[in-house]
Amino acid sequence: MAGRPRLRGGALLGTVPFFAFVTIFLVIPTLTVIIGAFTGDGGSGFTLENVRALGDDYILAAFGRSITLSASSAVIGAILGALLAYALVTGKPDGLLRRAVTAAAGVLAQFGGVTLAFAFLATIGLSGFVTQWLQEHGLDPYANGVWLFELPGLTLVYTYFQIPLMVIVFLPALDGIRPQWREAATSLGGSTWHYWTRVAGPLLAPAFLGSALLLFANAFSAYATAAALVSQGSPIVPLQIRGALTSEVVLGQANLGKAMALGMVVVVAVVMALYSLLQKRTAKWLG
Amino acid sequence: MARVAFRWTVLTVMGVFFLLPLVAMVEFSTRDPETWPLLLNWPKLSADYPALAVGILASLAQAAVTTVLMLVLLVPTAIWVRLRLPKVRPLVEFLCLLPLTIPAIVLVVGLAPVYAWVNYFVGGSSITLVFAYTVLVLPFAYRAVDTGLSAIDVKTLAEAARSLGSGWFTVIVRVVLPNIRSAVLSAAFLTVALVLGEFTIASLLHRTNLQVAIEFLGKSSATVSVAVSLAALLLAFVLLIVLSIAGSWKGKKS
Repeated sequence: MAGRPRLRGGALLGTVPFFAFVTIFLVIPTLTVIIGAFTGDGGSGFTLENVRALGDDYILAAFGRSITLSASSAVIGAILGALLAYALVTGKPDGLLRRAVTAAAGVLAQFGGVTLAFAFLATIGLSGFVTQWLQEHGLDPYANGVWLFELPGLTLVYTYFQIPLMVIVFLPALDGIRPQWREAATSLGGSTWHYWTRVAGPLLAPAFLGSALLLFANAFSAYATAAALVSQGSPIVPLQIRGALTSEVVLGQANLGKAMALGMVVVVAVVMALYSLLQKRTAKWLG
Repeated sequence: MARVAFRWTVLTVMGVFFLLPLVAMVEFSTRDPETWPLLLNWPKLSADYPALAVGILASLAQAAVTTVLMLVLLVPTAIWVRLRLPKVRPLVEFLCLLPLTIPAIVLVVGLAPVYAWVNYFVGGSSITLVFAYTVLVLPFAYRAVDTGLSAIDVKTLAEAARSLGSGWFTVIVRVVLPNIRSAVLSAAFLTVALVLGEFTIASLLHRTNLQVAIEFLGKSSATVSVAVSLAALLLAFVLLIVLSIAGSWKGKKS
């Protein structure tokens, strides 16, 4: 028994490299953001100035646009992704098509950033493939101004990774629906409409909402795609943070950037907390 | 009948939506017939577009070093915590999954002061990004390794090896590790794929990699940048498809 405490200490020693690394490169940066958000520029003690500055019109507008972009791409992605997932579920469960589409979805959900931006520039950029084809047929998608570099364009580009993500997270819930339930509804005289509105719909609702929230957080945190696509102005919060980071020497806004970063973390944390609540309900009903 | 029609309508429309940008990239990058031969001609590429060549090499080095650093830090810790420190496991899991709730752009804000010190001690080389990248891949790598460890009886394996007289190093490296080979492999694949696609941290910490170079190139030479994007994309597709095939093959076996 005498050797026990020494051994415990020895066992802890084995985790020192991991904890040391994570402390320096994860815990300290996280604390830097949180503490910096409440510190004046030049390290002058506690202040609520930065957090109050989040109420400035241009920052509020950026948060508003970020939320609009994330919500609209999440809603579109959730609906189209759910349709695609349902189309897969109605097929053979082990069929080649389903395996191929889920594998492709796994890849495309990770696809974002600069390469995605360039893919869309090549497609519907000013001299893109589809743009030119449309113009040859007398249609100009940009007749009322170029929308690709603004919120509608960002929404379109974001759906490209939102739909596959929805397929991945929503498919297990659809698999949880048992064919016997439909048979039961039919044998009791229910129509397809009754089945979807009274049985499958309510059962799938938590999973659908939860998945949509995950998509929201995904779009809200995205930076690289927007950074590569939008070169003028900073319509959304991640781009505002870029501005604060790159101009910190000139304007002394370093800690305002930290406050915006903290604001982003708060939004993501709230959304993810709701997501895990809905996830628990889904596991209970369709697990 | 209606269901079959619905099914094929959805699949066709989605198929067109997802294939169109890829087709467009092929069309766009072949407008100048010299683009693709240039990509295969490394000496000419590095002479004509030195920033791109530097970025490609930087990304490859970052992917390799991040993978090694991730494996060295994470795998022994995950095994050790399961065997000897079950009480510490929730903390390790929490820390590993934490980066999921912190957007990369937020992490950069906090990393900037830390990297001021990194610059001071080891310089501003782009290879120093591997520290940030290891944090970034922790959630994905941890999940892969943890799934692998859950599938085997680590305790019994370790006790058997210990009772036959092996030390802890042998237990981890020669007994447990070979049993979670496919999990470690998938963690490594994910790491490579994520590092090759990373832009946010590299660009905001003023370092270079493939994505930063592509973005920079996009301002001057759109055709080449689209071609390189497509090549990088195909590489990532191949990596991740190999990963998912390996995953489904493993699932079949068990």
